[in-house]
Order: sequence, then structure tokens, then C-alpha cells
Amino acid sequence: MRWVVAILLLLAALPARAEEVVAGLSQTRVSITADFDGSEILIFGAVKRFQPIPAGAEPLHVAVAVAGPSVPLTVWRKARRAGIWVNTDSVEIDRAPSFYAVATSAPFREVLSYVEDLRHKVSIRRAIRAVGGATITANTADFTDALIRIREEDDLYQLKEGTIDISEETLFRTSIALPANLHEGNYTARIFLTRGGQVIDAHETVIYVQKVGLERFLYVLAHEQAMIYGLLSIALAIAAGWLASAIFRYLQS
Amino acid sequence: MQLYLPIAEVSVNVFLLLGLGGIVGILSGMFGVGGGFLLTPLLFFVGIPPAVAVATGANQIVASSFSAVLAHLKRKTVDLRMGWVLLAGGLVGSAGGVQVFALLRRVGQVDLMVTLFYVVFLGIIGGLMFVESLNAMRKARRSGGAPKRKKHYWVHNLPFKMKFRTSGLYISVIPPLLVGAAVGVLAAIMGVGGGFIMVPAMIYLLGMPTKVVVGTSLFQIIFVTGFTTLMHATTNYSVDMLLALVLIFGGVVGAQFGTRLAVHMKAEQLRILLALLVLGVCGKLGLDLILPPAEPYSIKDAVGV
Repeated sequence: MRWVVAILLLLAALPARAEEVVAGLSQTRVSITADFDGSEILIFGAVKRFQPIPAGAEPLHVAVAVAGPSVPLTVWRKARRAGIWVNTDSVEIDRAPSFYAVATSAPFREVLSYVEDLRHKVSIRRAIRAVGGATITANTADFTDALIRIREEDDLYQLKEGTIDISEETLFRTSIALPANLHEGNYTARIFLTRGGQVIDAHETVIYVQKVGLERFLYVLAHEQAMIYGLLSIALAIAAGWLASAIFRYLQS
Repeated sequence: MQLYLPIAEVSVNVFLLLGLGGIVGILSGMFGVGGGFLLTPLLFFVGIPPAVAVATGANQIVASSFSAVLAHLKRKTVDLRMGWVLLAGGLVGSAGGVQVFALLRRVGQVDLMVTLFYVVFLGIIGGLMFVESLNAMRKARRSGGAPKRKKHYWVHNLPFKMKFRTSGLYISVIPPLLVGAAVGVLAAIMGVGGGFIMVPAMIYLLGMPTKVVVGTSLFQIIFVTGFTTLMHATTNYSVDMLLALVLIFGGVVGAQFGTRLAVHMKAEQLRILLALLVLGVCGKLGLDLILPPAEPYSIKDAVGV
């Protein structure tokens, strides 16, 4: 009896999966070298269809969200105290991605309804989760607004509406610009297929962002052999100071 | 040309960093200050996280001071004996200062305290130096530059007297030890070498000749900033070697030009220039505290960067 229900459920679920997203990325690995100056990732794909598009269906839309590793952080607000500006209130943000970019094929609300956004946490605001503030009077929304505003100015948070091209309701492509000030970690790229604001299918893949070569060597040494790293830094400084002095003496004589 | 810094995790223009290092190097060679009070705020401005800027700044100062001291040693303008005495006091003071810093951090508001420290000390020292140098210049013009007698205060006659031949002083070791310790405390809290406090203290409190002051100050700055670099590298992992190397490259070249510029200038002119510079930085920091900020919000992650 139970497996009959299972089959029925499966059959009922099938029409919802009538369209599936097949996606690819131009690169799934980003190497941060010494001359790293940002990178552009091309995200492209197609819609796999088992039946023709029903007549009068809502237009197909695509949303792509690329998120960097999330870390907890604190947002501080300054206020005037005794004539000088001091950090007075703070709100702790439970998790905020170090990078977040959303690209859509149309204005955001046309692509994704409010409820679906809540469920899948696609928009920048939904991707950030705030926990309790340090002060009772602090209004958490002001602080998350400030976080988004500051990071948007630095191009760390991007909302790019209408930057996905869809052709024939089948093929789509877009590009996401990763800034030069990139943090190491696993970035997730999520691709949503929607009709009428409802998510039909979603696909998730990982982009590995890693320091390589000299960058990796210095980073690892600094964290795992801090004493050696510190002594090496001082030795290099002394050597550079001596070398410069020697060169100048040589040039003068 | 952009350079990605492995510890700071930001990408910065190489030539901008070279320029910053160069300017600070020139100051270091001319005035015997490490230049940390200028370099650290400049690095913030370029977008380097504060913790990395403070730690890496200290590392850069080791190099520029060492380069400048070599030039001063050649001209015999370093009082090594005085340098060691100041350093002994300085290391004790800096160890104490690290504890004070940890206490401030627990209370919160460490940024504010550091800025207030900067404003108060830069203001007092810059103001005093400026007034004093103006008076000295006016006096020199009137009396035709008659050599003035060295002043002796009672502190100089405390026990443990020592001869400092290079400085031409025969005074107790207690005042230089105290000066070294006081500067060490401030250096640890403000994250600088402390030259801008050390130089006037040596001139006005110890009565040392200006020419010797610069080299001697640089000599002990090497050790204080080296100590700071090691502390930051082992506790905060915030020393960025790549950033330091670029700053050093600009800095050592600048320091060599600075020491040569200083030879061609009168002591009073040097002092008045340094006073103006100190007052300028003080004014900028003070305005930032008083004027309403453009962005009242700021983001700090768990590391405190």
C-alpha cells in the first residue's frame, strides 16, 4: 500500500519537474595569484524539457546567485557623545557572505515571488541573517541596510536585474564579475528556473577559490609557523635595509 | 599593476604602495621618526584592514630605520650607549603597554582610545616643538647664533651617573630609562615606533644635541618595531610579508634620500617641518572625531580586522 502511495506521489510530482535546468560554468576553480585582478565567470545552460511548453504558460525566467563563504560579523554605528563621534550601538550578523551576486533575466520580483524568495533565500537581504543586537534600542534593519549599502559600494554585493539572456525559452547565459578583493573559500552558484514567480527547478554547483603559488605559501606559513614567519619578516626587513644602504654607498663612490 | 596581498586579502596598486613607502622613508631619514604615525593611517585609506596595516607598518619601519641607522652610523651621529639604555627601558615599557592594550580591547572602544591618544600626543608635541623652534629661530637671528649652555635639571643629577660621550652628556641613567619606558608603553598602544615622541623627549628632557638624537632614536626604533612585528605575527597572524616588501622597497630608497636631505638643513628648520607635519596629522585625526562621519556604520568581522 505504501509503495502505491509513493508512486502516486512521484507521478504527481512529475509535471512540476517537466522542465529541468542543465547548467555549466566557464570555470569551477579560481586561482588567486599575486597579480590577481578579479575574474569573470560565465554561467550558461539550457532547459531540458519532456513535453512542449503548455499554451498560455507564464514566461520562463532564470535567476543566478553566486555566494562567497559566510562569516559572522558585527556592524557598528557611531553617534555623537561629548562632542566626538564614537561607536555606540552594534548588531551582530549571524552570517553574511563575503561576496554575493544575483543576476536575473527580468526585474527581481517578476522572476521570484516574495514567498519563493523567503524559501530559497535568493535576494541579498535574505542571504544575510541577523541575530540579536547588542543594545535593545538598536533597529536591526538599519544595520543590515548599512551592511548591504557598504558592500554594494565595494561591488561585493551585486544585484544585476535583466542581465541574463534567454533565447527561445531554452538557452540562457550570463556572466558574474568576481572583484579583485576576493576571499578564499568555496563559492556556491545557484541557478533557478522560474515561471510566474514560482521556482520550477534549481541547480547548485561549487566554485573553488584558492590562493596558489607564493600567495598560498605565505598564507600557510603565516598561520602554521607564525614564529618562523615573523622572524623571516624581520630578517627580510633588515636585509632590505642593509642592501639599500650598500647600494647607495656604492652609487656615491 | 595590481598586487593581491595574501594576508590582507585585498588587491592594491603596486605603484601606490611604492609611493607611500617612499614618502614615509624620506620622513624617516630626515627626522628620525619611524613614520608609523603617518604610514598606518595612509594604509587604512588605501583599504588595508587596520590590524594588517598596524602589524605590517611595524615591519616596514624595521627596514627603513635600519637603512637610515647605517647612514647615521657612518656619520657617527648615533649615541650607541644612550641607545641601549633607552632600549632597555623601552622593552619593559612595551611589554607593559601590550597588557594595557589587551585591557582596552576587553573594555571595547580600542579604536577610539588609539585615535584619542594620537590626537592628544601629536597635538601636545607638535605644538611645543613648533613654538620652541620659532623662538629658537628668532633668537638665533637676533644674537647671531650664540651657543647656548646646556640646561641641567635635578633629574640629571640622580644616582647611577653615566658618561654619554657622543651626546656630550654626563647624567644619571634614570631619566633615559624612564623616557624609554614611557615611549615603549605608548608605542605598544598606538602601534608605532614612537620616534615622534622619542625625538622631542631626547631634545627637551635629556638635553641631547639634535644631530645625535635622530640616529639614536632610529637605533632603538629598530628593536621596538621588530619586537612589535613578532608579537603581531604570532598572536594575530596579521603581518603581510608581500605588502611589507613593497613598502620596504619604496621606504629604504626614500630613507637614503631623507638622510642626505637632512644634512643640508638647519636643525631648527628640520624641527619646525616635523612640528608642522605632526600638527597636520593631529588636525586630520581630530577633525575625523568631531565632524559627522559620511558613513556612520562600519563592519568588523570576528577577527577584529
